Amino acid sequence: MRPLTEAETRAVFEKLGKYIGENIQLLVDRPDGTYCFRLHRDRVYYLSEKLLKLAASVPRDSLVAPGTCFGKFTKSQKFRLSVTALDFLAPYAKYKVWVKPGSEQSFLYGNHVLKSGLGRITENTAQYQGVVVYSMADVPLGFGVAAKSTQECRKVDPLAIVVFHQADVGEYVRNEDTLT
Amino acid sequence: MAAARVEAVLAAAEEREAEKRRSITVEKELELEYDLGNLLALDRNPPAAAALRGAGSRREALLRALARDNTQLLVSRLWELPAERAGGAGGPLVAQLPEPKFPLPREKPPPRPRPPTRWEQFARLKGIRRKRKASLVWDEQAKEWRRRWGYRRAGGDPSRAWLAEVPAGADPEEDQFARLRREKRERVARNELNRLRNLARAHRARSAAPAAPLHPTGHQDRDELRRVARVARVSTASLGRFQPRLPKEPAEPPARGAGKKRRFQPLLGDLAGERSRQLELLRDMGSKRPVLDITRAVNKQLRQEEAEAAAANKGKKQGKRGKRGRRQQRPGRSGKRSGARRQGQGQRQKPAGGAAAGARRKKA
Repeated sequence: MRPLTEAETRAVFEKLGKYIGENIQLLVDRPDGTYCFRLHRDRVYYLSEKLLKLAASVPRDSLVAPGTCFGKFTKSQKFRLSVTALDFLAPYAKYKVWVKPGSEQSFLYGNHVLKSGLGRITENTAQYQGVVVYSMADVPLGFGVAAKSTQECRKVDPLAIVVFHQADVGEYVRNEDTLT
Repeated sequence: MAAARVEAVLAAAEEREAEKRRSITVEKELELEYDLGNLLALDRNPPAAAALRGAGSRREALLRALARDNTQLLVSRLWELPAERAGGAGGPLVAQLPEPKFPLPREKPPPRPRPPTRWEQFARLKGIRRKRKASLVWDEQAKEWRRRWGYRRAGGDPSRAWLAEVPAGADPEEDQFARLRREKRERVARNELNRLRNLARAHRARSAAPAAPLHPTGHQDRDELRRVARVARVSTASLGRFQPRLPKEPAEPPARGAGKKRRFQPLLGDLAGERSRQLELLRDMGSKRPVLDITRAVNKQLRQEEAEAAAANKGKKQGKRGKRGRRQQRPGRSGKRSGARRQGQGQRQKPAGGAAAGARRKKA
């Protein structure tokens, strides 16, 4: 386990910024405690200082996961956000997409969101903007990338993809053994 | 008449034959020198100097003819070499080239002289010189000349020695054969170790870059002098820890990136400092975002126009009209879009147009 280098921090913040914008500073600078990012076996974890001190005394081979895993660095050093970061993205999301009850299950199985399943979408969403996907009851289901801007969403035909799927809470069941 | 025609045909045939033969025979004053091993032919005939002067088609033609003639001669010689069919009956005809005679220059630079080994240094110091030993030694037992070492050496095969005397001061229970074997193994190992050490020393000496001298040369600048001072300070028994500093000399911080190994920040180090560094990084990243987002401005413009179009076409079918209206409005819209793009491209000055300013205000 080690702190992130400058380049790694930049990559993580850029990725997070696509979803929560400048609200990252609310994650970095919290009033209720000191939280930090640490890298353990190519995965980025977000943990409090208290937990960090406890995890520091665990040998490296035995440590499975300190804190919450936000994502991992791939072999070519690109940062990939994983669904376990949803709890921290959902409250601070800038652009949200609500999905109709009928196509919730489709999204939870890993499919993209079609226009027919789109309930609501935040105004002024640009194309390829990072969005967090909610159900109509405001339960965060996952996150993705807007395939069309809000303007285009209105005009496009019902079977066109409007949100590309990136991660959903169904992965907790599907990819149980690879999530940390 | 028929005879005349036949003669004419024969003359023409002979003319063709002569032509063919002419093309493969070349007349040269001096014979060429051939090195068939390198596929080399050296032509020492002086060319027509006047024709070679200047660049022109005449020169080109002369050079081409020269090349063709010399290649023809070389190839004729190659055809005279003994040849065989490679790969069975249907394979290509392969000539057997003789050994190359022409000395070609080195491809790579010659190896640098290696530094002397420890023994060589000692021998040079003491003045010991190599004695030329004879390779054959007289073996009294076998009454013939035998090698000094190796197969059938003089003095018999050491592995077949059936008697090993116990030396005067040795333990009577000790296995002498085992001792001999062990000592041989140790000798071999020591020899190997020294050989590897010499190799390592040579390799190190070769790859060491010539560093700047440490004594004052009079041509050193401030950085070199600083480096020399640091080396001098560190060259004490306690590696410079207790060396007094001059009154105005700054205390040097421990070099974090001195070695080749990658170093990271400590795990539980200064968390507050880390936080402040991250906030600063966020600030830097945030400030680089363009103040005027072009796509947002364009979208806002589109939205306004659509709202106007929808309001203007009240009562008709919204979908159809919207599409047709959009298609009709496209050429007109491009002007406004390019205007917005030109506005936002480089300038940070106050952009004209309500849309752009609206977007900016909204973003801020």
